[in-house]
Amino acid sequence: MDDPLIIAGDRFSSRLIMGTGGAKSMDVLGRALDASGTELTTVAMRRVDPAARGSVLELLRTRGIRPLPNTAGCHTAGEAVLTAKMARDALGTDWVKLEVIADERTLLPDPVELLDAAERLIADGFTVLPYTNDDPVLARRLEQAGCAAVMPLGAPIGSGLGVRNPHNIELIVEGAGVPVVLDAGIGTASDAAVAMELGCDAVLLATAVTQAQRPDLMAEAMRDAVIAGRLARLAGRVPRRRYARASSPPVSG
Amino acid sequence: MNVIINGEPRQLTPGATVAHAVKAVTSATHGVAAALNDEVVSRTAWDATRVTEGDRIEVLTAVQGG
Repeated sequence: MDDPLIIAGDRFSSRLIMGTGGAKSMDVLGRALDASGTELTTVAMRRVDPAARGSVLELLRTRGIRPLPNTAGCHTAGEAVLTAKMARDALGTDWVKLEVIADERTLLPDPVELLDAAERLIADGFTVLPYTNDDPVLARRLEQAGCAAVMPLGAPIGSGLGVRNPHNIELIVEGAGVPVVLDAGIGTASDAAVAMELGCDAVLLATAVTQAQRPDLMAEAMRDAVIAGRLARLAGRVPRRRYARASSPPVSG
Repeated sequence: MNVIINGEPRQLTPGATVAHAVKAVTSATHGVAAALNDEVVSRTAWDATRVTEGDRIEVLTAVQGG
């Protein structure tokens, strides 16, 4: 079925966006990315390390996977804007996964700094994909500011707790005119399927795959879970019932 | 001339440019970005942008993350 994900006019046949953090080695990461079928994958911007071995950009380039730089580690709008501008110059893309976190313990987004950074980057021509709280009002404000997608968390980064507030995610989906990407908190395949069944347009995850016992196998599971959840959403689930409803004709006579 | 590159004190010859500062910490020419005192200096301007005493230069690249 031709059912592309479209963000800012660009088409992706995979609805699984991957992160690259947490993998034991470039080789493990490469095999996981291959198995995931992803076409868009995040990278972080850090000071160059002369001792670094292997390049994540090269890993993505050889696979035809588009890099999506993030502003991970930034605590203020100013830091995030500078990091995004450096990513644009280094990678030649004006797309950015905008992260502005409040504190190291929760890694939750700081909504005030996030909206400020989004407005500044959009004014500078960036295509902004913000990592946001599961707050329908904030999601609406980010969309109104001109963000190309909204990316609410299912649970804190790296927690693997799944979608903690499905009701809010549904509200965000209902109100959004841009793609909704469930970002962060996915622990296993069923979490990714739930996110898609709730109506999210895509899922972004890293830890659940890179830290799994077998990253390549989990990547394959995530690929299939996202597809299954998307198909189930499009198909329309049956209503939940309190009592049984026979699926065979009644026995006559 | 004393400057700070990626948080470390470094010596550059007088008249050095952002290109020299980048070269001091990496041989990579692609996938790298530089900022001079918190302002991005685009790659095309590295050769023409002079560094002065006490400047702070950040040289970033993409790494695994997110």
